[in-house]
Amino acid sequence: MESLGNVIMYVIIALTIIVFSVLAVTTKKILRSATYLLFVLLATAAIYFQMDYEFLGATQIAVYAGGIVVLFVFAIMLTHKPGEDAAPITSHKRTLGLVACGAGVLLCGAAMLGYAKFCGQSLPSMSDFTIDSLGKMLLSTDKYGYLLPFEAVSVLLLACIIGGIVIARKR
Amino acid sequence: MDLNLIMYLIPSLIMFGCGVYGFITRKNMIAILISLELMLNSVDINFVVFNRYLFPAQQEGMFFTLFAIAIAAAETAVAIAIIINVYRAAKNVDINQITKMKF
Repeated sequence: MESLGNVIMYVIIALTIIVFSVLAVTTKKILRSATYLLFVLLATAAIYFQMDYEFLGATQIAVYAGGIVVLFVFAIMLTHKPGEDAAPITSHKRTLGLVACGAGVLLCGAAMLGYAKFCGQSLPSMSDFTIDSLGKMLLSTDKYGYLLPFEAVSVLLLACIIGGIVIARKR
Repeated sequence: MDLNLIMYLIPSLIMFGCGVYGFITRKNMIAILISLELMLNSVDINFVVFNRYLFPAQQEGMFFTLFAIAIAAAETAVAIAIIINVYRAAKNVDINQITKMKF
C-alpha cells in the first residue's frame, strides 16, 4: 500500500507529462514548444526522485533542464523572428503522423496490458544504494564496473566540443 | 491504491507517441529535435522504471540512463550547431526549403 502523498505526486507527474508532451508537439509557437519540453523534462526528473534515484534526478535537471533547454532557447532566438507562427501542417502529413502515433501507441499499449498481471507488485525496497557506491561503480573495472563507458563518454564529449566549434565557426 | 510498473509506463508510452507524431508532422528542424528529445526521454523513463521494479538489487538500467543522458546532450549540441550553420547558409530552418543536397 502506497502512502497517499506518493499517489498524489504520481497523478500530478503523469498529468504533467501527458498534457505538456501533447502541447509540445501541437503548439504553433516554437518557443512555447521548448518551454513545454522543459516541463516534461522536470516531470521526468520527479519520476526519478520518486524511484529513489536522487543522483539521476539531479543529473536530469542539470543536464536537460539546465543545459539542453537553454541551448534550444538560444538556437530558437538565433533562427526565428519573435512571435512567428509555424506553417500549418498539411492534412496528409497529419494523417500519416496520427496513424503512425496511434498504431504504435495501441500496439505497445495492448502488449503492455497483456503483461499487466506480471507487474502488479508495488515498489520493492532497494538494497543500500548510495552516492558513495555509485561513484565506486562508475570508476571500477570489476564486474558491474563502468570505467570503460565512463572514459568513452568523456572522449565523446571532447569530440563533441571540437565538432561543435568546427561546425559553427565563422569562416 | 498501489503504484505499479504499468502506471509509469503509460505516461512514457504517450510521451513516445507524441514524439513520433511531432517528428512526422513538424517542418521546423528545431521542432523536430524537440520531438526527438521527447522520444529519448520516454525511453530513459522505461529503463529506470524497469530497473527499479523488476531488478531492484542491480543498477544497470540506472547507469544506462545516466550514459544515455550524457550522449543525448552531446548529440543535441552537435545537431544545434548544424542547424545554426544551415540557417547561416540558407537563412531558413524549414526542411521543405532546404533541398540543395537532395538527390
